[in-house]
Amino acid sequence: MSVETHGAVHRHEPPTGFIRKYIFSLDHKVIGIQYIILALVAVLVGMTMSVLMRMNLSWPGTNWPILGTLFPGGAPDGMMTPEFYLSLVTMHGTIMVFFVLTTAPQGGFGNYFLPIQIGAEDMAFPVLNMLSFWVTLVGFIVILAAIFFSGAESTVGPIGGWTAYAPLSALPNSGPGQGMGMNLWIISIAIFCIGSLLGALNFITTLLNMRTRGMSLMRMPLTCWAWFTTAVLALLSFPVLLGGGILLLLDRVAGTSFFIPGGLYVSGVLAGTSPNFPPHTGGSPILWQHLFWFFGHPEVYIAILPGMGATSHILSTFARKPIFGYRAMVFAIFAIGLLGFFVWGHHMFISGMSPYSAMTFSILTLSIGVPSAVKTFNWLGTLWGAKIRFHTPMLFAIGFVSLFVAGGITGLVLGQTSLDLPMHDTYFVTAHFHLVMGVASIFGMFAATYFWFPKMFGRFMHEGLGKLHFWVTFVGVYCIFVPMHTMGMVGMPRRFAQFTEYEFLASLHPLVMFVSIAAILTVLVQILFYFNLVWSIFKGKKAGDNPWEATTLEWVTSSPPPHDNFAGVLPTVYRGPYEFAVPGATHDYVMQTEPEPGEQPAGVSGNGHNGHKH
Amino acid sequence: MATTVTSTKPRSRSGFGGGPKSPRPNGNGSHERNGQSFTPEFSAGRYRIGMWVALAAILMMFTALTSAYIVRSASSNDWQPLTMPGILLISTALIVLSSGTLETARRKLKESAPGAHKRWLLITVLLGLGFLASQLLAWRQLVRQGIYVSSNPHSSFFYLLTATHGVHLFGGLVALIYLALRTRSSNDDRLAVAKGQAAADAVTLYWHFMDVLWIYLFILLFYWR
Amino acid sequence: MGRALAVIIWILTLGSVSLFFIKKWWFPTAISEHAAALDQQFLLTIIVVGISFIAAQVGLGYMVWKYRDRGQTERALYSHGSNRLEVVWTIVTAVIFIGLAVMGQSVWASLHFNKAPAGSFPIEVVAQQFQWNFHYTGRDGVFGRTDPGLIDDSALNFIGLDETDPNAKDDAVHSVIAVPSGRPVELILRSKDVIHNFWVPQLRFKQDLVPGMAIRVHFTANKPGKYELACAELCGQLHFKMRSFMLVLPEDEHQALMGLPQDQFQTRMTELLAKYPLPANN
Repeated sequence: MSVETHGAVHRHEPPTGFIRKYIFSLDHKVIGIQYIILALVAVLVGMTMSVLMRMNLSWPGTNWPILGTLFPGGAPDGMMTPEFYLSLVTMHGTIMVFFVLTTAPQGGFGNYFLPIQIGAEDMAFPVLNMLSFWVTLVGFIVILAAIFFSGAESTVGPIGGWTAYAPLSALPNSGPGQGMGMNLWIISIAIFCIGSLLGALNFITTLLNMRTRGMSLMRMPLTCWAWFTTAVLALLSFPVLLGGGILLLLDRVAGTSFFIPGGLYVSGVLAGTSPNFPPHTGGSPILWQHLFWFFGHPEVYIAILPGMGATSHILSTFARKPIFGYRAMVFAIFAIGLLGFFVWGHHMFISGMSPYSAMTFSILTLSIGVPSAVKTFNWLGTLWGAKIRFHTPMLFAIGFVSLFVAGGITGLVLGQTSLDLPMHDTYFVTAHFHLVMGVASIFGMFAATYFWFPKMFGRFMHEGLGKLHFWVTFVGVYCIFVPMHTMGMVGMPRRFAQFTEYEFLASLHPLVMFVSIAAILTVLVQILFYFNLVWSIFKGKKAGDNPWEATTLEWVTSSPPPHDNFAGVLPTVYRGPYEFAVPGATHDYVMQTEPEPGEQPAGVSGNGHNGHKH
Repeated sequence: MATTVTSTKPRSRSGFGGGPKSPRPNGNGSHERNGQSFTPEFSAGRYRIGMWVALAAILMMFTALTSAYIVRSASSNDWQPLTMPGILLISTALIVLSSGTLETARRKLKESAPGAHKRWLLITVLLGLGFLASQLLAWRQLVRQGIYVSSNPHSSFFYLLTATHGVHLFGGLVALIYLALRTRSSNDDRLAVAKGQAAADAVTLYWHFMDVLWIYLFILLFYWR
Repeated sequence: MGRALAVIIWILTLGSVSLFFIKKWWFPTAISEHAAALDQQFLLTIIVVGISFIAAQVGLGYMVWKYRDRGQTERALYSHGSNRLEVVWTIVTAVIFIGLAVMGQSVWASLHFNKAPAGSFPIEVVAQQFQWNFHYTGRDGVFGRTDPGLIDDSALNFIGLDETDPNAKDDAVHSVIAVPSGRPVELILRSKDVIHNFWVPQLRFKQDLVPGMAIRVHFTANKPGKYELACAELCGQLHFKMRSFMLVLPEDEHQALMGLPQDQFQTRMTELLAKYPLPANN
């Protein structure tokens, strides 16, 4: 890295070789795009799996010749086996949570835009940044290997859901799906943890250390607050999963008994009476759940916080209005992040954990609804009195708010100890978390994609296709996930390969069909999005440096930004991030870099952000 | 871009806990300060923050393992505490000593005595290797007694915690060797000097942390219950 | 565009709410004593949820409709928020949410903070991969000794019952759980292999069976009949087939059943299973 001297413009030239420029690049923008591509591939895999699952649930026992050809082990003669279905459940969850919802929002968009939005030339540790992507990619390759290398078993991969509850996951002899595939699953997650930790380290350091002149904390865009909080959550939660994963792996391969109690009788064999089944004693299955959910609950906020940040950013921009309650938004993000560490027990009310701690967890859990509600109110407040421009990113941002409310609010039901008794592990839960952490997060990412695409590639995405994509997806996800709530109320359990065995589920068949058809249509429409992405890179309408008339630093530089982001001249920041509709200003937006007329940068006075004067 | 934009990056000295102070709202590094040209502390701060952040992650992992240790030791009656392999006292002495020698090495670098710095670094590396060797001997001692990873929960935790700590310490050794190799650069390049100093600070911090962590693990394994 | 979006949001809201309102798919009729309070709490919660959901979505639609860019020259309202509003809505939501959480504890507390009432009917539940085993004390009211070392699935000794123990002489083991109506039941939940979950939707009750633990829970069923029992925790390949029944029997019928010697117990159980139909589907 070179030395900057006063007055001189100092440029960092990009590397010229193809490999250094696009493959093993140190440029946070290239790494961000690499992460996004990884997520786009992973989400395709995960979505395909969900379609296969819906096919099996709606038309159980049907022969799908194509499946038989693709997965001779999992679907002999084209008929899906229950273990194939369950491994799809596991893989769908794992790939979506880890390789989509954790990579795209944070590793992808965060990597690309955090340094630019704070006026830095790059991340603090570019080499670590590159490593974090490549480590994550290795994790993805290992998880794909887990699908295909499950040994002689007739499954396509591990069976355990994304939570891999011990001792099912800790006992290699507890049935199909617990062999080599499960080892690879654990290894993949461990690798993923390391990649995420490297990323989190970089995000935190960059944000603390590399903000440009005038970019005080309270002048940062809300996206930066979200990425920062997300990085802190990742930093503190992934090590716990890593530790738990090591213990689980040792239980599986080294004969230890961290999670495996004594006296088990599995698949016709008593522990200790066979060389394949060591004499475990005294382990605690619930310990795994504690370790997992201590990570697992912050993880859901890792998935959604960046979406919240992007939504705030985009809502304000297209509402042409300052964000409502900037400071409250920052506190809400923080409160969610902090409380997120103290609510993990709500996943375990009926696990055999102490009923008294369940009560505490329940109250803390419903408290976390408060900052979430505050965010919703502030989003509505931002729209109040606005002058809304309905471009595709704005549609998705509004969709995010709608879905976040729809999905989040049922947390009030699930967070109560008593109501968890009928609801736990039913489709009500599936509906809740898919809407809020799955679909809402993805809507945040769609909004971010349509919003920042012009900056990343210098061209707009096709607006008509984008809108069509929005309408169908928005209606589609409601049709998929709202009926799942009622399925859960009737009592339909999760992770059932078929619903044919129970009479009390028979009445739900029309709903199951409806959901499947909605899901398949919604997934098909995503092809439009992929097409739009690729097409627009080459053929999209050209965009200027600031096509949306936005205010933050990414719109100061060219589209796409040069290798060193600001062509060697780092911007100075004079005001808060969302100065729209300022009375008396020339335009209806005032960039962060725009000084007050006639004012010198050193003479800028004020309290650091211009907000909170009503 | 406006002419008032300068190329000076924010100047943020390391504040509490190595973290930077947030730049003042009216823009950090006002025009007067720009006369002092660039600010070497900038990179230093970056390394220090990075290291503190990394240590937070490592701390979380050992916290998780500790809580597993406590839960597991209380959850069943199969807990049979090992008798401490005596050689662990030597390990402990070695690592405590190595913290001292590394601190000396760091001071020597500050006093611009690269030769002495390197000598002390080398001593630290040897002490670190000695520690790892001594840990391995402790393992061998246990294996000779027929105590393996899966023998009982306490031995599982013993092997796991010492191995995890050992892997981290090995990383520290690699960093020390890297430090010893990089101190060759000349004294003229102020940025390089500042970076070298910052790297030395960060590695020293890491090493001290590993030292304290070992003492903590040692107490947890053999003096807690 | 703004108006279209508002209308779509409202239609989706209406659709979502009506799905709950028509009650075509709803909880099955409850059969336990704690269920009434639980259903009450659910109703209260879902009303709060519904009102908040409708308010937020209608409000969102309204903003989108009203504040669309109509090409007017005036700018949007320049406002950075209102501290008073922030305080108000933080306090209001905190009171409602935490209030709900506190109210939601009562059923939980009645089930979990107290021991099973004296005179509860004890049943030991031993789950194993894809099968339920219910261990009844027989006439003596005492469980025979069990030992994992004695488990032998091929000899149909699924729970490792020690036949030499005098207390075990009259014990019965069956894959169907038969509980008395109106009398508290205490379950002692165990698992032989992995985690399972005891789940009867009509009972409004669910509890994990964790290997290595004996979890005691209690409830009172009060509507005689036959109900489906499912496993609600992923336990492996045939998780979806781990089905059995719960028979809720009138006290006298139940008492007669429990007094029977082992061979007659099995036949009688088969008769009872045939006698009671499953509840009609709603």
